[in-house]
Amino acid sequence: MKASVRMRAVLVSTASAGLIAACAAQPSDDDARSRAEQIFRESFTHGNQAMLARVERQDEVQALCSLYRNEPPREIAAKIERTQAATIRFPAQGKLMGDWRRGEQIAQSGYGMRFTDPDTKRPNGGNCYNCHRIAPQEISFGTIGPSLYGFGKLRGSGEAVQRYVYAKIYDPQASVACSNMPRFGHNAVLTEEQISHLVALLLDPDSPVNR
Amino acid sequence: MRTSGMTPRRKALIAGALAASLSVAAAAQDDTQKEIERYRQLLAEGNPADLWEARGEVLWKARRGPKNASLERCDLGLGPGVVKGAFAQMPRYFADTDRVQDLESRIVTCMVSVQGFSPEEAMKNPFSAPERPSDMEALASYVAGASRGMKLAAPLSHPKEIEAFRIGEQLFHRRAGPYDFACVSCHGENGKRIRRQDLPKLDDPKDAQKIFTTWPAYRVSQGTVRTMQHRLYDCYWQMRHPQLDYVSEASIDLMVYMAKYANGGTINAPGLKR
Repeated sequence: MKASVRMRAVLVSTASAGLIAACAAQPSDDDARSRAEQIFRESFTHGNQAMLARVERQDEVQALCSLYRNEPPREIAAKIERTQAATIRFPAQGKLMGDWRRGEQIAQSGYGMRFTDPDTKRPNGGNCYNCHRIAPQEISFGTIGPSLYGFGKLRGSGEAVQRYVYAKIYDPQASVACSNMPRFGHNAVLTEEQISHLVALLLDPDSPVNR
Repeated sequence: MRTSGMTPRRKALIAGALAASLSVAAAAQDDTQKEIERYRQLLAEGNPADLWEARGEVLWKARRGPKNASLERCDLGLGPGVVKGAFAQMPRYFADTDRVQDLESRIVTCMVSVQGFSPEEAMKNPFSAPERPSDMEALASYVAGASRGMKLAAPLSHPKEIEAFRIGEQLFHRRAGPYDFACVSCHGENGKRIRRQDLPKLDDPKDAQKIFTTWPAYRVSQGTVRTMQHRLYDCYWQMRHPQLDYVSEASIDLMVYMAKYANGGTINAPGLKR
């Protein structure tokens, strides 16, 4: 199993044409995979073309993480982390810490990018509380991600930590390949400014997270 | 909350109560969970879904459609007319359609073949709105309820059933869209929550047997019965995917994937949920 997975890894990473060769090498699994791709396309036929195109075509990271069930071999993981880190854009003005109050609003909001969210002027939310405990006042929090309560209190709010948090939200796969967390900056879910407000929510000493 | 008409004393009382409840609640997640379970139990003694089940039975036995026929001759897998126990063996392969079908797609098939509805008519209104009740929600409740107490035994032996499982497995792990989500993003670990909602690990028999067997379910937050098709549609909505087509092959393959792990669980549908 391990060996065949590694072999397929090489093929997938070379080029998408490699997938065809992989089919020949692993008929059963790869056949199911290509059938699944076809059935996926046939099962999502409504809605706007941009949205359909975006889910039909996985990017390389999505394809690799799906293939390896989120546990890529070390060399593939390193490659994902390297290429993702290279995509991170830090704010133009260099201001990494915004306003924690606005960060809290973004962390609460689940608005945006669903097929029933027509208002493109309304900013997308970050859905942060869906998975993380953050400010202690909010007791309706999820547990898919780690608790972030007291994040800045434990780590301070210096520039290095700010850059770390900003990068983590912008593209968590730059540090952990195939992380469950969305790549909020890379996938343009949140703006650079919105991410800076979330940095403040986690790091500002006045934020309820740290008081 | 409207506070403008309140006396200062009343405001202070409410603020105090709120502060107390917050500090207690933060330290008492487990108690909260217990309370939710207790509430569920209380409600379970009188599930509003009973009404959907009753309406479904009436609809099932009513002569309807261009052929003026009832669904009593519908073959749900155990032969024409057998409703009891049929849901416990779904999804399954049906020779007449040469497809693996779930409960809802099979009801659609019968509405077309037995009652003479067009496929469009049969699939017109699967998910109700407040002013627009859905016959499908009632019919699915009735058929599922007729397997209550039985153990789920979805067959996974026909080549098409096995293929459906394998495709479902791929789809379950397929990450896509602006959030990079797959089903497994939320349903791949035990004991996790979104906000306060418990998430089942759907490829773990312990969780799957408990959850898969309770759909369709009355959803308190929506004030209606929702079907398994709706559950999947709603998941993909949250995953920032486009609309999952009703009774699409992907939806059925995912159900076959879940059913494999849920097999052996006792059916308690229609269930009751948040």
